[in-house]
Amino acid sequence: MLEREALETAEVTPAIKTKKRKRAGLSKDRWLAFLFLLPSIILLAIFVYGFISWTAYVSVSRWHSLLPDFTFAGLANYQALFHNFRFQADLRNTLFFSVFFIVLVVLLGQMLAIFIDQRLKAESLFRNIFLFPMALSFVVTGVVWRWILNPETGVNLLLKDFGIHPKWYTDTSIVPSWHIGQIDFGLPVALIAVVIAAVWQMTGFSLAMYLAGLRAIPEDVREAARIDGASEFQIYRKIILPQLKPITYSVVIIMAHISLKIFDLIYAMTGPGANYVTDMPGVFMFETTFRGNDYAQGAAIAIIMLIMVAVFIIPYLISSRKGES
Amino acid sequence: MFKRLGMFAIAVLVLAAVLAGCSNSKSSGSGGSSSEKGKLEIFSWWTAGGEADGLKALIDDFHKKYPDIKIENEAVAGGAGSNAKAVLATRMQGGDPPSTFQVHGGAELLTWVKAGKMEALDSLYKKNGWDGKFPKDLIDMVSYNGKIYAVPVDIHRGNVLWYNKKIFEDNGLEPPKTFDDFFKVADKLKAKGITPLAIGDKDVWESTMVFENILLAKLGPDKYRQLWTGEVPFDDPAVKEAADIFKKMLNYVNADHSSLAWQDATQLVADGKAAMNIMGDWAKGYFTSKGLKYDQDYGAVVTPETDGMFMVITDTFGLPKGVSKPDQVKKFLTELGSVDGQDAFNPKKGSIPARTDTDVSKYDDYSKKAMEDFKSNSLTPSLAHGSAAPESFLTKVNQAVNIFVTQKNVANFIQALKDASSQLKQ
Repeated sequence: MLEREALETAEVTPAIKTKKRKRAGLSKDRWLAFLFLLPSIILLAIFVYGFISWTAYVSVSRWHSLLPDFTFAGLANYQALFHNFRFQADLRNTLFFSVFFIVLVVLLGQMLAIFIDQRLKAESLFRNIFLFPMALSFVVTGVVWRWILNPETGVNLLLKDFGIHPKWYTDTSIVPSWHIGQIDFGLPVALIAVVIAAVWQMTGFSLAMYLAGLRAIPEDVREAARIDGASEFQIYRKIILPQLKPITYSVVIIMAHISLKIFDLIYAMTGPGANYVTDMPGVFMFETTFRGNDYAQGAAIAIIMLIMVAVFIIPYLISSRKGES
Repeated sequence: MFKRLGMFAIAVLVLAAVLAGCSNSKSSGSGGSSSEKGKLEIFSWWTAGGEADGLKALIDDFHKKYPDIKIENEAVAGGAGSNAKAVLATRMQGGDPPSTFQVHGGAELLTWVKAGKMEALDSLYKKNGWDGKFPKDLIDMVSYNGKIYAVPVDIHRGNVLWYNKKIFEDNGLEPPKTFDDFFKVADKLKAKGITPLAIGDKDVWESTMVFENILLAKLGPDKYRQLWTGEVPFDDPAVKEAADIFKKMLNYVNADHSSLAWQDATQLVADGKAAMNIMGDWAKGYFTSKGLKYDQDYGAVVTPETDGMFMVITDTFGLPKGVSKPDQVKKFLTELGSVDGQDAFNPKKGSIPARTDTDVSKYDDYSKKAMEDFKSNSLTPSLAHGSAAPESFLTKVNQAVNIFVTQKNVANFIQALKDASSQLKQ
């Protein structure tokens, strides 16, 4: 959903802008445009921004059971959160998951796109193979990879013959395990399994983005470089890859918001994990709110997640607006 | 110009349609529920397998007696009721309660009672002559300030140790009665390369169940109950002893326990890959569905040192305040509490009836034994299933258990339980 919105706004807004410049003042066209937009503005105002403010309001209340209690609690819920072992673990997990997930999706997507761009014979076949996982739901991916990476029955039956026996998502070790706050800080080994599943699913998306980017670079540019005596490797390094920068930017933003909000994959694949090695804020929020009925605490987690995503998205929105004008 | 007018007209139409859509859905919402209020809405999370069959049998029986009352089966699927509970909370808070709803007896029910959302049912009990038909310990679980607030339908037992008969016979072992026995048996099995105890605690509550059974064994029923009222503190020596035993037990469990759900752990015992499993007696349904026979392929005993105690998980139904036809609901509750109703529902679900005077011949061998115990044993509420303490406390205990299972630090665990117990006083 959000990916598409991001792409659409990027394309649509310039058209509106040029129109605005031509006709200043409130013409009939602008009234009409406003009228067309009004329903969605009203709906957005209520169902997005209204509910965000409502969540913020709940997060500073004392609504800790099934019965609403809106007495003001200040930042107590947030304080409790940052002193909570599970939340600290969640922040660590989100950090490591996001970094590994985004870097791998960008690199693999780029590599595969360049590979497919080599005018292969079965290009469309490869493209489809890599794009297919994207059509699946994270829940399906999660269940399938849970089976594949089950330490007793999955891919380990093969690996056993090579004498390796990874524990995948049941591994509770954390490297390098520095003690910070209440938790051990480091990469939870169990997360590697989750990263594999997530990368498998989302690489197709980044491949498609990069492929579109590559196809948008006119052939003359490459030809000119070739005439100037550049090798194919130099063409990619010096000419093509620099032009793909905006795509990388978009891919990172889109992947970042997916990884920060990830819920379904974790929920279907591993759950919070022993010692919360694969827990994420989204899962914590769901369990606190809808299992534990601690609405105020759950709202506080949701607000923090919103802030984390906003840190990525707002600079992106600002810069894409600047790019247009 | 004409074109522009046309556009304008379309815009107005679109806007009107959207506004109409909004107001329409709103009016149909309230209108719908007022027409639905003529129906009897039965809210539960019984959507699949024997549970759904049992509910259907119950509704059919009720329908025969009262063909005029329209019943709406409003079962919400998923996650051992977690989805249903979320929907229920929204409806209760919104002042639109279902006619009657499934809720675990104990703390889970009392949350609604304390909030003043439920009607007392003493007159219903009196009218039907139900006094003494349910065990007293059970009625205590659905009572508050001396008034009864719900009708228990079914009973599951939480303190059951399931074992693979073949493994035990092949190795000349007896199912353990004490923890000393347990560890002796476990050591022998481990030496043979068999996983002694299967746990599947992907959802954490499975481990919490193991721990609550040890707690019950070490504290005894009275002190165990007092734990949840705050009369016995969590740094009581017996709690620490229970934690130590739990810690020792964790040396004997399957390595991949955190990736398995409870069914997977039961499956390990069924397959002979593990010897024992501690789980509620819904595991019987799982064994049966795999074609295994009680007392031939698998056996069941109470968990160590809990003889004479019965960890109760009970589904109950009550009457929310503000429903439009309380008389119909009372008729349905009467059916639920009747011998007919309980015998229609429970054999299908695989649970035992909450009444003690039902027709024993309708139940299987395991249930017959459980029914006998249920009559005479001391009944205690399960923490892992929301009967002993509020959900907010349970969430914190689950968190402590999840950390403990990995870190195995008893002092931290006891401290976490103590910290969580502040939630009990709410």
